[in-house]
Amino acid sequence: MKKMKLVMVGNGMAGVRTLEELLKIAPDLYDITVFGAEPHANYNRILLSPVLAGELTLKDIMLNDVDWYAQNGIRLHLGKKVIRIDRRTRTVIAEDGTEERYERLLLATGSDPFILPIPGKDLDGVLTYRDIGDTNAMIEAASKYRRAVVVGGGLLGLEAANGLKLRGMDVTVVHLMEWLMERQLDQTAAGMLKASLEQKGLKFLLQKQTTAILGTPDGRPDGRVRGVSFADGQEIPAELVVMAVGIRPNDELAKSAGIHCHPGRSGGIVVNDTMQTYDPRIYAVGECVSHRGIAYGLVAPLFEMAKVCANHLAELGIGRYQGSVTSTKLKVTGIDLYSAGNFIGGADTEEILLHDTVGGVYKKLLIKEDRIVGGVMVGDTVDSSWYYQLLRDKQNISDIRDHLMFGQSHLGNSGHQGQNKAAAMPDEMEVCGCNGVCKGTIVRAIKGQGLFSLEDVRRHTKASSSCGSCTGLVEQILASTVGGAYAPQQNANKPMCGCTDYTHEEARKVIREQHLLTIPGVMRFMEWRTPNGCASCRPALNYYLISTWPHEAKDDPQSRFINERAHANIQKDGTFSVVPRMFGGVTNAQQLRRIADVVDKYAIPTVKVTGGQRIDLLGVKKEDLPKVWADLAMPSGHAYAKALRTVKTCVGSEWCRFGVQDSTQMGIDLEQTFWKMYAPHKVKLAVSGCPRNCAESGIKDIGVIGVDSGWEIYVAGNGGIKTEVAQFLCKVKSAPEVLEYTGAFLQLYREEARYLDRTVHWVARVGLDYVKQRVLEDAEGRNALYARLQYALQGEKDPWAERAATLGTLGTLGMSGASGALRHEFEALTV
Amino acid sequence: MNTITRSPGTCLGTWIRVGAIDDIPRLGARVVKSAHGDVAVFRNAEDEVFALRDKCPHKGGPLSQGIVFGRHVACPLHNWTIGLEDGNAAAPDEGCAEFYPVKVEDGMVYLRL
Repeated sequence: MKKMKLVMVGNGMAGVRTLEELLKIAPDLYDITVFGAEPHANYNRILLSPVLAGELTLKDIMLNDVDWYAQNGIRLHLGKKVIRIDRRTRTVIAEDGTEERYERLLLATGSDPFILPIPGKDLDGVLTYRDIGDTNAMIEAASKYRRAVVVGGGLLGLEAANGLKLRGMDVTVVHLMEWLMERQLDQTAAGMLKASLEQKGLKFLLQKQTTAILGTPDGRPDGRVRGVSFADGQEIPAELVVMAVGIRPNDELAKSAGIHCHPGRSGGIVVNDTMQTYDPRIYAVGECVSHRGIAYGLVAPLFEMAKVCANHLAELGIGRYQGSVTSTKLKVTGIDLYSAGNFIGGADTEEILLHDTVGGVYKKLLIKEDRIVGGVMVGDTVDSSWYYQLLRDKQNISDIRDHLMFGQSHLGNSGHQGQNKAAAMPDEMEVCGCNGVCKGTIVRAIKGQGLFSLEDVRRHTKASSSCGSCTGLVEQILASTVGGAYAPQQNANKPMCGCTDYTHEEARKVIREQHLLTIPGVMRFMEWRTPNGCASCRPALNYYLISTWPHEAKDDPQSRFINERAHANIQKDGTFSVVPRMFGGVTNAQQLRRIADVVDKYAIPTVKVTGGQRIDLLGVKKEDLPKVWADLAMPSGHAYAKALRTVKTCVGSEWCRFGVQDSTQMGIDLEQTFWKMYAPHKVKLAVSGCPRNCAESGIKDIGVIGVDSGWEIYVAGNGGIKTEVAQFLCKVKSAPEVLEYTGAFLQLYREEARYLDRTVHWVARVGLDYVKQRVLEDAEGRNALYARLQYALQGEKDPWAERAATLGTLGTLGMSGASGALRHEFEALTV
Repeated sequence: MNTITRSPGTCLGTWIRVGAIDDIPRLGARVVKSAHGDVAVFRNAEDEVFALRDKCPHKGGPLSQGIVFGRHVACPLHNWTIGLEDGNAAAPDEGCAEFYPVKVEDGMVYLRL
């Protein structure tokens, strides 16, 4: 097939990202040509500040060097500015006469710095701050001259000022407004920022209107700048003036070709939600566009546009760009700043405020109708990603309002020494305790590898990729390194994995509505990009199938993690651990004797009592597992599975002089009812016989506490990575009610949580009110949920007994005669 | 019956029969115990067969126990993705598990160590 011709005008981050996304999904569709006005290939514009500050060079910040274009068969015209588009002949024409024809045109012309129309703006030494050329000119000026004035106290101006200061210049920032960065910060936050910058030696002149840039004394319009004068008559000397008063979409080329551009002062090439301009052959992305009346200047929304645009260029036709709520994390100066949404507030918003003047922490959240609509943070921004997610997901916060201000991790997090201020951390301090990753390693990777997202950082450094408790810190480091380019993954629409653009919820919905019963069936129906998924989506789909269609969908062992396939827990040396079930934590002499015999017979090296009142046999060889199970003659503890694990109990009223309920029996009943239940993640229960709560019911997925008049049920607790206290669901009178309510809660979790969500994550997302409405208020619904769980569990087999039985019928001499599945899983081949 | 043969360049021994292709589950693997140590023999959805040393280049995890997809396996210990054709870890991870020539003839799998 003949390839279509795609021409891209503009060679910056948004455009090249679009090409990268396009090549990922349709590598052979287009013959691609790129025009770049600058003499360089694609570099990371966000890192111009470190270049200015002398920490990095242009080479360090290249994202795609010329080799990348060559490798992907892209024709690259560097240093050629396109001056005309002939839409009739579908040709673009560059300044030097180069012409290229197109079938699809992608405009990614970026933005231009806004230049104040004042006398002296063209003098030598008056610069803007947009590209590597500007940066190099500033570096050169800093080596020759002493005094600099930066006009504009916004993000870009402060970055420029900071860089010039680090280059040894005496820098004054001039700002028209009452406080710095008025578009991102309120007055208090801006005051804190200013104080911290003054400590670093920067000077500020606020509420100053620049009226002229002064040149040579005789007033000739050429020569070198020597100062700046203001409306109030004041003049200050300067040999370098940087104008950083804002940017404007570069829509000149489009306009000259008759493509509709936003008529207002903001300008911008008008595009629809599929990133098409009024000429449907011509797409536009990046800072040059106006989408629903907004021109974006931060990288995160531009990358979202790139993805959507690539999807349509690839003729897949799904995906819409629906605008972005932007947030800013600032990377100015080692002070952590964050702002998002409406940060000023008004009559219809409520404000939650925390201000520690001595500690340098300021946090303000604005709430409207129980939802976060904006916020500003200075000093401690570790929770900003969480707030931002709540904001974007429009989540109701009434449940968590009383501790919202203290953040997601105000208690219970472990593994990073309680640090919450990334900027204050020295480079050698450990951030990720699981993988031993220091702050310096993360920063180097972000800069050196050109990383933008949390996923990127996890892949490259492993930081926060294991237990995840340091995620907030890693996000903060990422944000302080790349600034506005960073946007946390949108939780609500996160695709399942790289194999699809669909979310977990969408996959579930399709499985239910289309009555799909197999993984290949789902993948075909939902047009998976990979032939058989990956290690991340297959186990999830397998779970969704068997939980949605019990007794109909067939379990696929090859889509289960090894632990669930082998019904034991893999250990670091490749051996397995075996945990037999002891209902309610109760055992007896026969069981213990059998366990002892098994330990001797199979030379099991370690026997350990677990935290869940059971016994763990560690170091069992895989081929011995079925024999161990047969000899134990005890049920599987499912300690290896996303399933009901243990029901921990205290002794309760049978023995304890304080006990008011028979917690042990309650625990046994719960465990006998719900064992063999697979779930999105592991599920742990506990039952205590009195409010002294010796079974630690407060940190379990479901915790039951006996009181004199009945049982209290708590849900969504967690004792793991991040300690979470379970929340009170209800109080019931009898043991059968405990079973019914917990059963209904568990079934709702099984039906609606994403795979690998613990109950705490799921409840945090849907809200306890929703759970109460389904499980407490709707009695009929509760009965139906419980009935569906009982139906799912009907006839579910104990995997150990099943495999041990096959073994038994075929003799215990090895497994050569055993069934196929057993042989395949547990028997090695020899040569 | 189609024959799939791949070679890493230097190979020493002769072809050894390890069993029938149906002894290896589709999208799964079997461990072959040999004098050279454990070898993982994989079979993917297209019935292609691959052999790697049963040791992840990261921390030595048994690759035979991982989830197989496309021409890859995910190590069961820390989820590194290893290419079945060449044993290379997927970027940005770095490392390589040794791979062995393997072929299928008349439904039988042969391995050269």
